[in-house]
Amino acid sequence: MNKKVGIEVSLAAADAVKMTNVDLIAAYPITPQTHIVEHLSELVANGELDAEFIPVESEHSALSVCIGSSAAGARTFTCTSSQGLALMNEIIFIAASLRLPIVLILANRSLSGPLSIWNDHTDVMSIRDSGWIQVFTENGQEVFDHVFFAFRVAEDPKVSLPVIINLDGFILTHVIEPIEYWDQEAVDKYLPDFKPVSTLNPDSPVTMGAFAMPGIYTEAKKAQDEALIKSKPEIIKAWKEMGKVVGRHYSPVETNQIEGAETVFLTMGSMGETVSLAVDKLRAQGQPVGQVKIRLWRPFPVEEFRKAVRNVKRIIVIDRALSFGGQGGPVAGEIRSVLYNEENKPLITNFICGLAGRDVTPEHFIDMYEKSLKMAGDKSKEEDYVMYGVRE
Amino acid sequence: MVRSEEDLKWKDLETGCVVSDAGNASQYRTGDWRSLQPVWDKTKCIRCGVCFLFCPDAAIRKTSEGYFEADLYYCKGCGICVQECVTGCITMVEEEE
Repeated sequence: MNKKVGIEVSLAAADAVKMTNVDLIAAYPITPQTHIVEHLSELVANGELDAEFIPVESEHSALSVCIGSSAAGARTFTCTSSQGLALMNEIIFIAASLRLPIVLILANRSLSGPLSIWNDHTDVMSIRDSGWIQVFTENGQEVFDHVFFAFRVAEDPKVSLPVIINLDGFILTHVIEPIEYWDQEAVDKYLPDFKPVSTLNPDSPVTMGAFAMPGIYTEAKKAQDEALIKSKPEIIKAWKEMGKVVGRHYSPVETNQIEGAETVFLTMGSMGETVSLAVDKLRAQGQPVGQVKIRLWRPFPVEEFRKAVRNVKRIIVIDRALSFGGQGGPVAGEIRSVLYNEENKPLITNFICGLAGRDVTPEHFIDMYEKSLKMAGDKSKEEDYVMYGVRE
Repeated sequence: MVRSEEDLKWKDLETGCVVSDAGNASQYRTGDWRSLQPVWDKTKCIRCGVCFLFCPDAAIRKTSEGYFEADLYYCKGCGICVQECVTGCITMVEEEE
């Protein structure tokens, strides 16, 4: 379709945000998200993007400004990482319960302490249950495409929910990749104008964020849960439409070499590409190995996931976060829960790895595969989870 | 909200729990919170209106004789009127069941 541009992923992401003709950006710089908001700030300052850029004093204020903006009916964007997301935490939950279609790019980074600027998924897992739609991307092109997708889904009146696009900090944000830009015409066709469900407007006053007595709070939470679950068909539709526009096809659960696979790796984010190299090597050795990737983390695609692993004997779940004092990583916990009531459920081994940017290579994944063959099914060797590569 | 919240099912709630019928706060009976209510002694009251000015809920109204009384639908029984009264003519008395 279009010519590919060699560009840093952060700059391409900012260009994509510009192409959505966003009305307001409120953000506070934090590594490794910085280049995205810096570039947007430049685009606004240079007059290339007609939008309000509000340089706030904290992430708590950034998302608060975004709530006001979105409630007023403006297309709204923010971007953060790690401690910034932690500081937004209070407002994250409010944005979802108010059903405001804010788009947030989260450059995934570990949470302090020890203080670390490097990449893992502990930040997003801290707000897993906040009610935002959460998608993971594997490379720069996917980040670029998902900016348009995120606004389209968020602002769909049948959805009206905020969306987080996860991209791995440094591994994606600071890497130069060939990225195919969309034509502005294609963006405008794919992403209709924002028509908010309700707005703060003196001519037609409403109350947003009213308090609720115990007699109504449960109903409010049920309505919110249903809204998130029912966003899935619209999400799938938005991906299908994108496939027609740019020829790249995304879905909630994606597989690689799943035919005949007895064991599959399960990843989210950029590790999917590394795993695919390991799968190629193992397949070349005749090992029945495949790969499953969760693109849509919330709402969790239960049916799609069960279908993807229905003929699989063993799942190696890779987690880039740890639930301290629990039974491993949050992804493994989810997968066990989704499969518990299934007949012929696969065995699960859970490896926690890649914390705070520690490299995980295809050879490491091959090693995990060999370890999992010895562990799975043998109760004496089975562990809930393994901190892979930890020095004992 | 015209209907009581107990009548509402989850599907009845508007997107994001927006309240679209403005001005319904007046239907909220804050008087339910009260355990003590203010009572005016007309023999001491000089009808200055300080209690009226200080009431944080605008729950004190003027009578036709120019004295003041609490609107018990809204009065929370906070006692600020008692604190501010110039002549000490207001006392808080136990609510009767």
